[in-house]
Amino acid sequence: MEKKKEKLLNILSENAQLSNEQLSVMIDESLDFVKEAKKEFEKEGIIKGYKTLVNWEKFGKATASAIIELKVTPQRNTGFDEIAARIMEFPEVEFVYLMSGGFDLAVMVNAATMADVAMFVAKRLAPIGGILSTATHFVLTRYKDGGKVFANDEEEIDERGSNLCD
Amino acid sequence: MIDYSTKINPTLKNIKPSGIRKFFDIANELEDVISLSVGEPDFHTPWHIREEGIYSLEKGRTRYTPNKGFIKLREEISAYLKRKFSLEYSPQKEVLVTVGGSEAIDLCIRALINKGDEVLIPEPSFVCYVPITQMAGGVHVTIKTTAENKFKLMVEDLEKAVTDKTKLLVLPYPNNPTGGIMERDELKAVADFIVKHDLIVLSDEIYAELTYTGHRHVSIAELPGMKERTVIVNGFSKSHSMTGWRMGYAVGPAEIISPMTKLHQFAIMSAPTMSQYAAIEALRNGDEDIEKMRSEYDMRRRLIVDGLNKMGLTCFEPEGAFYVFPSIKSTGLSSAEFCEKLIYSKGVAVVPGDAFGESGEGFVRISYCYSINHITEALERMQAFIKELKEGK
Repeated sequence: MEKKKEKLLNILSENAQLSNEQLSVMIDESLDFVKEAKKEFEKEGIIKGYKTLVNWEKFGKATASAIIELKVTPQRNTGFDEIAARIMEFPEVEFVYLMSGGFDLAVMVNAATMADVAMFVAKRLAPIGGILSTATHFVLTRYKDGGKVFANDEEEIDERGSNLCD
Repeated sequence: MIDYSTKINPTLKNIKPSGIRKFFDIANELEDVISLSVGEPDFHTPWHIREEGIYSLEKGRTRYTPNKGFIKLREEISAYLKRKFSLEYSPQKEVLVTVGGSEAIDLCIRALINKGDEVLIPEPSFVCYVPITQMAGGVHVTIKTTAENKFKLMVEDLEKAVTDKTKLLVLPYPNNPTGGIMERDELKAVADFIVKHDLIVLSDEIYAELTYTGHRHVSIAELPGMKERTVIVNGFSKSHSMTGWRMGYAVGPAEIISPMTKLHQFAIMSAPTMSQYAAIEALRNGDEDIEKMRSEYDMRRRLIVDGLNKMGLTCFEPEGAFYVFPSIKSTGLSSAEFCEKLIYSKGVAVVPGDAFGESGEGFVRISYCYSINHITEALERMQAFIKELKEGK
């Protein structure tokens, strides 16, 4: 059962669009099993959502993104959690990671323009108590995102053909 | 003017061109065709394997290799066969690296078959065994397999076909196009038959890694007394998605591998060098890739079998390779008619079953070397097609 559940998660993490019917055939379990498992995963927060990976640039909508390195002073009792909690409330923030190495928090910020990102850092992030320094690195090209290749304009052509010797 | 018809070898001239070719020509002319017809993986060769090929070029390793292939590769092949199928072969004397599994099949048949020798060939099966036998001057004797028997080879049928001229049995399992497999006890019966009649087996195990129903592939060479009577053909095309690298091999008794090597050295010299480097990497670090792809194929297989059964095309559950072979007899159409109508009316290309021998008539071969979305759309179109047929449109 656990194996089948893991399989289900693996499939969904690649393609959330499959119907419950398809999923049930693919993992060889009943339709109810799939429905129950999905419900359970959602309830327990194992499945956090279903979204679509959009290449906005290709759509023609300009966006700006930056990864911001933050050095922070950990707070007594709560460590980094409290500051992280404040940061992640902003809808502009795509992810917040606690990092090992030369800085503490890595924050991805998305906004309409580079100026908006800069303003966000200056006005929203930097003033938060406990933040010692920020270093903003703008994203220039998304080569690969969410496990998918973005920066490839050539449509892949299926060259497989009529070889008899298959 | 040269009359070329007098120049070409008449045996070759008389070999019938396959029916699939004509069918693919139609597919190429039409627009918005969605194909379920190819016989090669859609996955790219895993990157670490491609990278090894690239490195070998960068380092200028572009010379011939030993005729049998790099000893390192032969050692890896030997270790792999032991790890996966409990087979033991000496890398020095019993392994030959070839240009795809196809070359190994050709070498084996040509090395063994003399004028008038008979070769038992199950049907439906891959299209090359018969013409290669004919070119070698041999006589092909087809053994029909049926959906009722899950397209397995039945010893009764072999007994009916064997004569004192029979020399070789081709054993193509897991099977293209049917997806049938042979299990250990079934192979045991075939092995007894082989020993009884003093025959050799050419076991084409190119799909050995692709079995799905819990029965891992068993090689007939593993059975008592069979190693000395079996030449196994295998390769990297299907297991590691390496079709274009042209990497295959044959393993068997030194007494057969040696004459095969003689032919190989005159015709080919050695298999492509960069491909051999890539193949070494595939065997050293590629077992996980195989599992990933196998699990993906398995999910697609379930979707297709389910979809076909739902639309009323009875489908024997394929246990190996990456094809399903449903019966289309309920439509009242022949295989060729079914495929032509389907492609003209819905733009879905599948292969008529009779392309793999007469006994494939009444079936079509559907490949699942395609993405889930692609398969889903093709199934929807096929369902509409079947519905229209039933309504007599």
